[in-house]
Formats: sequence, C-alpha cells, structure tokens
Amino acid sequence: MIEAILVMFGIGAACGLTLSVASKVFYVYEDPRIAEVEWHMAGANCGGCGYAGCSAAAVAVVEGKAPPSACVITDTESAINIAAIMGVDPGSAEALISSNTCLGGNRADDKYHYMGVNSCQALDAFYGGKRVCSIGCLGLGDCIKACNFDAIAIGPNGYPVVDENKCVGCGACEKVCPKNILTVRTMSQRLLHFNEEDDALAPCRQTCPAEIDIPLYISQIKDGDYEGAVHTIRERNPLLLSCGRVCPHPCESYCRRSIEDEPVSINQLKRFVADLEMNSGKRLPIPCAPDTGKRIAVVGGGPAGLSCAYFLRRLGHEVTIYEAMPEMGGIIRYGIPEYRLPQKVLAWEIEGILNLGIEHHTNMRLGVDFDLDSLITKGFDAIFLGVGAWNDYNLKIEGEDLKGSFKGIDFLSRVASGEKVPIGRRAAVIGGGNSAIDCVRTLVRLGAKEVYIVYRRTRKEMPANEVEIVAAEHEGIKFHFLAAPVSVVGDDNGNVTHLEYLKMELGEPDASGRRRPVTIEGSETLMEIDMLITAIGQTPDVSFTQKERRLEDLEITRWKTIDNNPETLQSSIPYIFTGGDSATGPSLVVTAIGGGRRAAASIHQYLSGEPVEPPEKSLFQKHIKESIFDSVDGVKKTPRAEMPELEVKERIKSMDEVDLVLDEKDAIYESKRCLSCCRLCYNRDEIAQSN
Amino acid sequence: MGDYIVLAISCILINNILLAQYLGNCPFLGTSKKMETAVGMAMAVVFVLVLAGVITWIVNTFILQRFGLEYLRTLSFILVIAALVQFVEMFLKKSIPALYAGLGIFLPLITTNCAVMGVCLINVNEEYTFLQALVTSFSYAVGFGLALILFAGVRERILLARVPKPLQDTSIALVTAGILSLTFFAFKGMV
Ligand SMILES: Cc1cc2nc3c(=O)[nH]c(=O)nc-3n(C[C@H](O)[C@H](O)[C@H](O)COP(=O)(O)OP(=O)(O)OC[C@H]3O[C@@H](n4cnc5c(N)ncnc54)[C@H](O)[C@@H]3O)c2cc1C
Ligand code: SF4
Repeated sequence: MIEAILVMFGIGAACGLTLSVASKVFYVYEDPRIAEVEWHMAGANCGGCGYAGCSAAAVAVVEGKAPPSACVITDTESAINIAAIMGVDPGSAEALISSNTCLGGNRADDKYHYMGVNSCQALDAFYGGKRVCSIGCLGLGDCIKACNFDAIAIGPNGYPVVDENKCVGCGACEKVCPKNILTVRTMSQRLLHFNEEDDALAPCRQTCPAEIDIPLYISQIKDGDYEGAVHTIRERNPLLLSCGRVCPHPCESYCRRSIEDEPVSINQLKRFVADLEMNSGKRLPIPCAPDTGKRIAVVGGGPAGLSCAYFLRRLGHEVTIYEAMPEMGGIIRYGIPEYRLPQKVLAWEIEGILNLGIEHHTNMRLGVDFDLDSLITKGFDAIFLGVGAWNDYNLKIEGEDLKGSFKGIDFLSRVASGEKVPIGRRAAVIGGGNSAIDCVRTLVRLGAKEVYIVYRRTRKEMPANEVEIVAAEHEGIKFHFLAAPVSVVGDDNGNVTHLEYLKMELGEPDASGRRRPVTIEGSETLMEIDMLITAIGQTPDVSFTQKERRLEDLEITRWKTIDNNPETLQSSIPYIFTGGDSATGPSLVVTAIGGGRRAAASIHQYLSGEPVEPPEKSLFQKHIKESIFDSVDGVKKTPRAEMPELEVKERIKSMDEVDLVLDEKDAIYESKRCLSCCRLCYNRDEIAQSN
Repeated sequence: MGDYIVLAISCILINNILLAQYLGNCPFLGTSKKMETAVGMAMAVVFVLVLAGVITWIVNTFILQRFGLEYLRTLSFILVIAALVQFVEMFLKKSIPALYAGLGIFLPLITTNCAVMGVCLINVNEEYTFLQALVTSFSYAVGFGLALILFAGVRERILLARVPKPLQDTSIALVTAGILSLTFFAFKGMV
C-alpha cells in the first residue's frame, strides 16, 4: 500500500516537475490580449467562426485577421467588450442576423414534377429548380439542415422562417442556399443594400425611389405586426409620417394589381402605421451601429439632408446638420402647406431623427454664416450638400415686380413662417406644378375670393400630383389652360391690376409625339387681378460656390444643380456628396430620401477607404423586364379603401389637415388586397380566398 | 519483419480500433461531419497515440511491473498521458509552430480519448515488446484515421440524401457506422 502511494506520488511529481520545467523552457510570448479575448468567447470550440476552436479564433482576432464579432455564439455585448480590449472600431461588432427575402416561391407555377433527392442544392442542379421563378425559394430546407442552432423552420407558407432569437449569424444557411434567398447581414449591411438585378423585387419595390420593401410592410400590417411594418419602412425611409401624407406614390402606378383592378393604396398604409406610432405617444427605438469616430457635416436640413444624416448616424458616424432657416425640414416645412402636412407632425418626426444623437445648428447658411474652410478646420471627414432648390424662376416679363406680385416659394415660406402676407381678392397663380397648386389652395384658405391657375399647356400636362389637382378643382379654383402671360399691368401706385396673356392652341405633334402649344396671334386678353404669384419652377441656390477658393472646383450644371454621379452622388470634389433637389433639380420627397441614403452609403464607402461605386448589378431607375406583366389571372375586382377627407366647405375655412388616415379595419382590408408580389409569383391563394 | 507487417495489418483492418473494437466513438461522431476536420483529427491521433503507446509501455515495464503494481495501470496511464499531451503541446508551440497550427485544438481534445487509453492497455495486456508496442500504436492510429476519413466522406454524401425525419443526423450516422463496421468484418479471418 505504501509502495503504491509512493509510486503514484512519484509519477505525479515527475509529471508536474517536467511540465513546470517545460513551461519555462518552451515559453512562448503570447499576447496577453489573446487570453482576455478568449475569455469573452463562448468556449464551446464549435468551429462556427471558421477557426479551429476558441483559442485559435482569439489569436485571429488579436492578429486582426478576424473581426471582434468573430464568435458566432456570443451576443453583441461580448463583441463590444472584445472590441474594447482590442481598442478597435467595434463597427463590425454588430449582430449578424439571417433573413429570408422570398415570401413564398411556392406561389410560382411548376415547370415539371420533381421526384428527386430532398435537397435544394440537388433540385437547383436541374434547370435551376422546378418553378418558373428563377430566383425564388425552392423550399426543400437545406438551410434548416445546415443550421446548427435550430433557428430556421419551414413556415406555414412553405418558405423558411428565421427565429431571430436563436440565429447567431454563423452564415451556414446562406452558404447552402443555392438561390441567395437567405442572407446573413448586419443591420448596417441591410441599410447599405441597394436594389440589384437578381434581387427578389416586387414591381412596386423596384419603382420606389427610396426602395422600401413594400410587400413586406404590407404583409406585416396584414398580420397585425404594426411595429414590424414601421421598422421595415424605417430601414429605407426615416420620414414616413411626411411621405405617408405628401408622396405622389410612383410605386402605385406600377402595382401589379392595377393591371386588372385599382392599385393597392400603398401610401395610405404607410401613413396608417406611421400615424399609429405617433399617436401611441411612444417612439419605437431605432438601433444604431457602434460609433466609428468619423464625422460628417450635412448642409441643409431638408428631406435629403435629414435622410443622409439619419442613415449615417445609424451606420455609427457622428453627424452635424447646418440649416439656413430657423427650423429644420426644408421644403416640407416651408413649402408644403399646413393643411397637407401639419407642422406638429413634421416636428415630431424630425425630433425622432435628431434624437438618434444628431447635432444640428439652425440659422446657419453656407456662404454667409460659415464656409467650407471652417468645416474642414473643425475636422469633418466628408460633407453632404443637400441645399434643395429654392430660387424661383422669373417669368422675364414686364411688371413682374409690381406691388402684389410674389414668387411661389417665397410666398409659401413666408406664410409657413407665420408672417401675415397681404392677400388679394382676385389672385392668379402662374404655373402647373406642385408649388402652383399649393399656392392656390393656400390663397383660398387665407381668404382670396377668386383664385385662378394660369398654365401654358393643358391639364394633362400639369406636373402636379393628380390628387392635388382634383382637390384644387373641388375647392373652386378656376383653371385657365393654354395661356401664356405677356405682361403684368399696374396702376399709378404700382399695384398689380391686370395680367395680360396670349391664348394658345395645340399645334402639330413634335418629334416626341407631344403637341406643342403655339400662340394665337392677336389673342391678347386682360385678366383683372390684385395679386399674382409666379410658381413656374425653381433652381438650386449655389451662390455659396462663388464665395471661396475651395469650392471653385465644385462643378455646377447648366440647371444650377451640383454635378454628380447619379448613382453614387459624389460631386467633382471627392469628399463632397450631394442629393435631393440640389442633385436632381426639383423632384419628390421620396427621391430626396432615397438620394440621402445613396449618398450616406457612398460616404460610408469613402470613409472606409473603399472605392466609391455602385453595386455591380445595380438596378437604378430601371425595372426588371420579366416582372412587368400584361395581365394577371385570378384577380377579382375589389374597390380600394376610400381615404377619408374633410368636407370641402369645412376645409377651405382653415389650414386644418385635409386628408385623414384610414381606420384599422380599412387598413387591414386594404392590406389584404396586396398580392404579395415578387418577380413572377404573386399570391393566387389569397385571391382564391377573397373570391 | 513479416510478423510486424501482419501485426500492422491486423491492427489497421481486422481489429480496427473504431469499427471492430468500437473505442473512441465520441470523436468518431463529433469530428466526422467535415472532411477537413476529420483529416486534422486523424493526424493528431497518430501523433498522440504513438507517443502515448511508447511512454505507457515504459512506465508499465520499468515502474509498475518492477514494483508489482500492475493494478495502478489505468490511474497512472491517465496521469502520464495527460502530462505528455500538455508537454507535447508546449514543445510544438515553441519548436514547430507550423505543426502546432495544423493540429490546433485537436491535441487537447484527445488527451483522455478512450481509443488512446485502450491501445495503451492492449499493448500491456498482450505483453508486446517495445517494438511491437510501437508498431501496434502506430497502426491502430492509422486504422482510426482510415475509418474516420471514410466515415466523413460517407456523411458528406448523406447530406444530399433523402433521410426520413426520425433517422436524420446522429441516428443515420450510427446506422452508417454499423454498416461500415460490417464491411470491416470481411477482414476477419484474413490472418
Ligand atoms: C411647393 C412645393 C410642393 C411640393 N409638394 C410635393 C409633394 O406633394 N410631394 C413630393 O413628393 N414632393 C413635393 N415637392 C418636392 C419636394 O418638396 C422636394 O423635392 C424635397 O423637399 C427636396 O428635398 P431637399 O432636401 O433636396 O431640399 P429642400 O427640402 O429644399 O431642403 C434644402 C434645405 O437646405 C437649406 N439650405 C439651402 N441653402 C443652404 C445653405 N447655403 N446653407 C445651409 N442650408 C441651406 C434650406 O433652407 C432647406 O432647409 C414639393 C415642392 C414644392 C416647392
Ligand atoms: S400588389 Fe402589393 S406587392 Fe404587388 S405591386 Fe401592388 S403593392 Fe406591390
């Protein structure tokens, strides 16, 4: 017995001694951070990160070969801790989450009956799948088999549904999916994604200049997940309350339902969820990526500037906005009148964006109160110019500056600033765009008795939103089409008394097939008025470029816009980007929002040292041919939910908001009208049910 | 010489440690999902097994047998093998970093692997000479590697097959292992 104890003790002591000597002799210096980093990793040695175990992964992180978020099992917090140990930008420490872009490849027609192996990859090898849809989910669940964390299941509609709580973002599903349906992305990567040719895109989604995932948010509304819908919209558009009110919804013109029926009321649904959030009194939290330490100055607080600042902030950058006017918002604050977009609503929306931690300075005009030099001295890494288009065109006719004669934007912004502008009894507004309509509808509300629109062409050519024109007609505005003003006549005191115009008629069709209006000789007509507003368009005010040497290289186009690459929005000076009206000329709010995100993405590329360029297969201002149908079978006509609005008699007495919001019942009804389209497939089952 | 070849063949094929003796099952199932891991594991086993076989033979012959303490084998072998693996790990890290990077995490994983332990005990039970112990340890390890790599190949194919739900993953792996071991039965009676 004693012997046994002694021998075991001897062997133990020998082993211990050898090991301690060895650890001295074979000592290798190891970065102490490796142990610290490893401590924050899961310790499961699962290999999900692609390295041989946790210590190997820790080494890779310390050597800078792997991001702090390398470990696929731990949460964001550990990644942030690791980033802190490494003292690096934890920008990449965001959680990766898998999501499915296909909402039901099962709805596309079958090409043939498949009886082979139960695997998407095998099925894909035969003619790319059994459905006519070339991009959709094959539904055999290779992703489910690949997921080690049990986070994917086939949902009720036959396509995979990811359980975000279980997904660790290891990327296994993305690797096995032959169709790129499952994509594992961080929030930043999702915010930076632009439509590409082989994405699963509904026609409406291809058309939206902000590229909102329309079918997804509509289906979320249908399922009662209103918060989800708000989040979906916010991944592309931070101004959902405003857009929900003023957007002329180009998406609806391409809605597949409209081929057989009225289009889905896409924008009303957006407004429905946006209003719901506002009226709940509680803001939904908006996540931002960890700070990157890069600083960007945004000049102009209109939709373009706000959108750019919002996306940059969510990507983790530090943003400061400089705005010339006393309030933020640009045209949607100072141009679009109260009865279309109440200032209270806009203020709530802008506050939500600034709450993300965006600094802003008002009453700061570039070229007057500060210059580019000062921004550079302050250490900004990139600059966004979203100065809009605020310079009204002149008619270039005699008498234009008599008393009682105004310019569109000038008039609207003075009214919106609360100034008491003297209103005439008989007022004429020249022009056919949104500003002209906003002027006439404002005039009616401020007490003008007779209000005219004088437009060179016919109603068909008016660029204003159709609903706006209809509303103006209801409110008793008189339209004078085919009229070309020649002079403004005044009395001895210099007050406007008449507008003289020439009548026109439509001439021969020109090369583009449009019939150009030509003047009728000797048809001069006098119109009695005491107030005149010209609203025939605007150009950007780029006078600040002449004030400093640094901006001499900033190229300006013939239309006074800042010259740019339309897809990256980079200007002729590499660190200056632009967007919105100052890049495109007068356009739409959504276009400015889409441009803001585009510029944010380019700035992000520029600041990360990547080449500033659009994605290879970018689908910019284009449609996928195969997705535009001539007919859709199985659609039963169902009327669109009526948008409630104030009675005409009521509304012209005040600046109260005219358009009202859908109630929940109508919104759900409307959301069910959506066919949940993708490229080729659409929801036949849904149609069958509603029949 | 001929004897050693026969011994090697019987260790690799006939008495295959995995498929005939069913030792070392956890790494067999755990590291056989991917070919790459399987190969790494196989190399690590060869390395550790040869060293462990040799050192335990020495401990047994010169210490345990001398004092008549054969009943302490299991206990002392565990101690010795664990220390050995630690030692080898340190040695490799310092002297042959490339090999260390290749074998990576596999080394500590097989410290107390039953296949390693089993082979050491077989060597002693069969009263092999030093040279014989060396050959058997090496051959058993090669047999382990062979079975593991074959099995990983089969499992990669199975991913593409239509497996009934209740049999998926580990169940089908065990069934496969059973069939694989049946095929190895064909070697029975060869020597
Ligand atoms: C009357 C009117 C009605 C419209 N109605 C609609 C509609 O119903 N639906 C729709 O989609 N679109 C409509 N539009 C178009 C839409 O408002 C614009 O396309 C959109 O606001 C453009 O956004 P932006 O950010 O590019 O420019 P803006 O909104 O013009 O913002 C530019 C901002 O930059 C500031 N700024 C300018 N110069 C400087 C400087 N030097 N330094 C600092 N700041 C500066 C301005 O004060 C302003 O706040 C309308 C436009 C007008 C004029
Ligand atoms: S039916 Fe729905 S998904 Fe299809 S185009 Fe219209 S809104 Fe978009």
